[in-house]
Amino acid sequence: MSIRVVKPGVLTTVQDGGRTGFQAKGFNVSGVMDRRAYRLGNFLVGNYTDEAVLEMSMFGGSFTFLESNYIAITGADMGATIEGVPAPMYETIFVREGDTLSFGAAKDGMYTYIAFAGGLDIPQVLGSRSTNLKCALGGFHGRKLKAGDILPFRKPLDDLGDLRVHRLPEERYDSNAPIRVVLGPQDDYFTEQGIRTFLSAPYRVTEQTDRMGCKLDGETIEYKDKVDIISDGIVFGSVQVPPKGTPIVMLADRQTTGGYAKIATVITVDLPRLVQKKPGDTVYFEAISAKEAEKLLKQEQQQFETLLLHYGEDLIG
Amino acid sequence: MQEPLILHAGDSALVVEFGREIAEDINARVHALDDAVRQKHIIGVTETVPTFRSLTVFYDPSVLSGERLQRKLLKLCKGISVSADTAKKIVEVPVLYGGSYGEDLQDVAAHAGLTEDEVIKIHTATDYRIFMLGFLPGFVYLGGMDKRIACPRLETPRTKIHAGAVGIGGEQTGIYPLASPGGWRLIGTTPVRPYDNTRTPPVLFSAGEYIRFVSVTEDEYREIEQQVQNGTYVCKVTGGAEK
Repeated sequence: MSIRVVKPGVLTTVQDGGRTGFQAKGFNVSGVMDRRAYRLGNFLVGNYTDEAVLEMSMFGGSFTFLESNYIAITGADMGATIEGVPAPMYETIFVREGDTLSFGAAKDGMYTYIAFAGGLDIPQVLGSRSTNLKCALGGFHGRKLKAGDILPFRKPLDDLGDLRVHRLPEERYDSNAPIRVVLGPQDDYFTEQGIRTFLSAPYRVTEQTDRMGCKLDGETIEYKDKVDIISDGIVFGSVQVPPKGTPIVMLADRQTTGGYAKIATVITVDLPRLVQKKPGDTVYFEAISAKEAEKLLKQEQQQFETLLLHYGEDLIG
Repeated sequence: MQEPLILHAGDSALVVEFGREIAEDINARVHALDDAVRQKHIIGVTETVPTFRSLTVFYDPSVLSGERLQRKLLKLCKGISVSADTAKKIVEVPVLYGGSYGEDLQDVAAHAGLTEDEVIKIHTATDYRIFMLGFLPGFVYLGGMDKRIACPRLETPRTKIHAGAVGIGGEQTGIYPLASPGGWRLIGTTPVRPYDNTRTPPVLFSAGEYIRFVSVTEDEYREIEQQVQNGTYVCKVTGGAEK
């Protein structure tokens, strides 16, 4: 069966790992903003595959369960409650039929995820259940959720079975540690001074930040003659510098190609910390080598694999 | 030909840059490398995105290191040949020009100091190279438009342009694959759907091909529209490699 949306929240969408493989034809990847919270959520409910989750932005909604299921809440803390009783995060929890799960404003961070055991029964479009809002494609009828929507479960669990209750340490998003980047691919469009500015000045997350890009305000980055380039590819984390000189980090809903020089790329393992920054938060950037960034990503991948290997061992519930 | 540059786009993508301008020979090398990478099925390469002058190659560094991929790409670059003797693959796209189907045709003609018919004649006389797709699913970046019919974009973009609209924006021409806002001057509409997510494949065009616009009458437009709806319409294609 399913859940019913009582209140949708500000921007709640169905997302998964993204619609990859079609960027050459102009399809935006979309997908979750915080891939780490997404993977941990799916892990906690025993989803080994890339199951779709609900992503809530800034202010969450409320949802009535028309059928019992195991879920996990990850990402930003939106003060979740089940029938008014606070619900833990980063833990496998059981929600009974008829219960209402409610969220408020994000206390830290921007995006909160609800992962459901067995996932959501949403048709795949080009191999993904992610919502592409710009093209009204995929997800729940290509749009954000609204009150009254009913989302069916794919394979809900009514008893634990092989599933174990797990608890993971909560992620925190209030750290001011620099966001690490790999310089390039167009760092040669900028002066030495410009690169120094980018790697030392504080940047403030603006109100215009959304799923497409993190728009930053702060000291302008000096460039040589121009930052207009002949369009080339954009990745999750590309740091574009438009002519006015303040950076924009391209995120999940980015377009596939763009015409501004990209001074750097945020490393994959630091993207969750960046996307969870709220308007007004400060960002510092620090450069590392591509090799070092690859090593960090491999280490994170190994951590996930270790978690999966020991699944069921560190049972708490 | 200059050696391609291999640049890092973070920890999961490399950019093979063949040049920094728009040129057919540069773009041809981009697509030749793209074909080579796809045919090679390199384990760890997850996706490629060809653009005007570079190829972005996405990879999974837990399977394949950027360093090794870089060596493989350089080797593939050496092997690619852009032969001029491969016949251009030209896809014919029917267009109903002017009137309510292309409400800015008059303005484009006035700006160019030509008649509407002359604009149509010029617009249909060129085979436009598809340099890349991007911006929206199925949106083609075409090269080679005759500068005589160039026209500045609208000062105030339209909030909604219908799917299939054919427009001119500056020195570029193209087709809106789905309803979206836009500032191009609309000169016509094609009944074919460059993008349809219920169709396989969802996008009609591929980079490296050419588009030839063909002027059709309203009756022909209706007939083709009907066939498109029934899923029976196939664009006329000439040239291209035998498959």
